[in-house]
Amino acid sequence: MKSILDNDEQALQFKNVYFDYENAAGQIRILKDVSFSIPKGEFVSIVGASGSGKTTIFRLIVGLEQQKSGSIYVNGEEMEKRLGKVGYMPQQDLLMPWRTVRQNAFLPLEIQKQKDTDSKVDRLLGEFGLKGYENKYPNELSGGMRQRVSFLRATLSGSNVLLLDEPFSALDAMTKLFMQEWLLEQWEKQLSTILFITHDISEALFLSDRIFVITDTPVTTLEEVKVPLKRPRWQHHLDQKKVIELKNSLIERFRMRV
Amino acid sequence: MRNYMYSTILTFILLLIWEIGARRINTSFILPAPTEIGMKLWELREELFLHHLPITFSVIAIGLAISLTLGILLSIGMSMSKTLEQTLYPLLITSQTIPIIALAPIFVLWFGYSIWSKIVVTIIITFFPITVSTFDGLRSTNRDLKELFQSMGASKRQLFFKLEVPSALSSFFSGLKVAVPMSVIGAAIGEWLGAQAGLGYFSRRMMTQFDGAGVFAPIVLLSLIGILLFIAVVLLEKYILNWRRI
Ligand SMILES: Nc1ncnc2c1ncn2[C@@H]1O[C@H](COP(=O)(O)OP(=O)(O)OP(=O)(O)O)[C@@H](O)[C@H]1O
Ligand SMILES: [Mg+2]
Repeated sequence: MKSILDNDEQALQFKNVYFDYENAAGQIRILKDVSFSIPKGEFVSIVGASGSGKTTIFRLIVGLEQQKSGSIYVNGEEMEKRLGKVGYMPQQDLLMPWRTVRQNAFLPLEIQKQKDTDSKVDRLLGEFGLKGYENKYPNELSGGMRQRVSFLRATLSGSNVLLLDEPFSALDAMTKLFMQEWLLEQWEKQLSTILFITHDISEALFLSDRIFVITDTPVTTLEEVKVPLKRPRWQHHLDQKKVIELKNSLIERFRMRV
Repeated sequence: MRNYMYSTILTFILLLIWEIGARRINTSFILPAPTEIGMKLWELREELFLHHLPITFSVIAIGLAISLTLGILLSIGMSMSKTLEQTLYPLLITSQTIPIIALAPIFVLWFGYSIWSKIVVTIIITFFPITVSTFDGLRSTNRDLKELFQSMGASKRQLFFKLEVPSALSSFFSGLKVAVPMSVIGAAIGEWLGAQAGLGYFSRRMMTQFDGAGVFAPIVLLSLIGILLFIAVVLLEKYILNWRRI
């Protein structure tokens, strides 16, 4: 979309990042000299086979893991301790069963010890379609609603950078489509930068400005694919010939690896 | 309430069989009939309710309170420090294999006939379920949730109070439900072995007088205390863990 401008236009940057997991058997290299930049306001998806290291990239950005070498920048700043700097929505919704919807969503504000945020939370609960459910417990909600609470919680971290790890993978096809449209709406409203992991190529095409394709492990290059679609987007845009061709070529690329 | 219908019916049937059996055997110092026990309770009501029951109850209450304090502190300590866990956990398990009842006379030697020898028995007998269940509860905290908290920049303190404590509550209450009836047993054993008052003591005194109904009457009270305390814990649990009802 935009070319790489100066540093503070970048929401996220990796420069020559190496990362290994250590376990009993020794070291497993996951990232090998990975570099990429994501400008503020962009929507980027990461697609790749299971176990290819997508979640690991998120864990590095969040600060749950530390890179072996290389640098990671959040909003133009290189940070050693990144915990608490970006909004993270993990692969499972991870709502606390003993907290109501409102209390679950409120958690990041509570941790940051913010005061007088009730009106903000109320407004967002409405926008996230959770009005009337504030005082329900997670086990009273549908899967789509639980995902929305989890997403709201990530949003309330207050960060402009949101990492969403396969948020819709557990949803049925119809709910998934609605949630995708709703997510784009929220993204435009909140002016956030979103990094989105998915297995679903159509989903990546529908949502993103760019798609990072992971084809090999350890991850070395993230192949970049620009999505040739204008916004606002509608599901039927995916039926255009160029998009179908792009989708097929992406699928082909994965097939070769299997 | 319907849930209790069958057990109530069964209780009545058993009491009836007991009553009929006791009347036929007709040696009340060996097997007093339930009605005899009831009458005895009524007859001794002042002595039992005003004198012995408060003493036993304070043994149970003080014992449980100390046990809870120690157990919770110890389990928090063990959950925070691996060294503490590795040092104390095996000891804790081993301590359970010691027959407390056999040791109880020693406590009487140490603490005399005072209330403290009974409290010590109560503590030892209830300490284990409370500590182990609280510790297991703290340890069972979901790892992914913990990382989510960390990803939000939560401090150790916030992690503890907002995540680990709520995660441990359910298991803690299971332990408490085991500990409460045991505290009654502990107090009764303590009093049996050497006391000057209390329901356990009274029961034993009646034994030496071959008063069967007199032996059973305080035992009925003891088990009532156990049942009432258990119900109190269940109600508290329902209130605190009210999200589980849904
Ligand atoms: N804590 C860990 N210790 C050792 N190895 C790990 C650890 N976590 C993940 N791995 C390994 O690292 C690799 C990448 O894992 P990662 O979770 O990033 O994959 P992923 O692309 O998110 O997969 P999926 O699509 O299934 O979620 C996998 O082979 C996994 O087995
Ligand atoms: Mg993953």
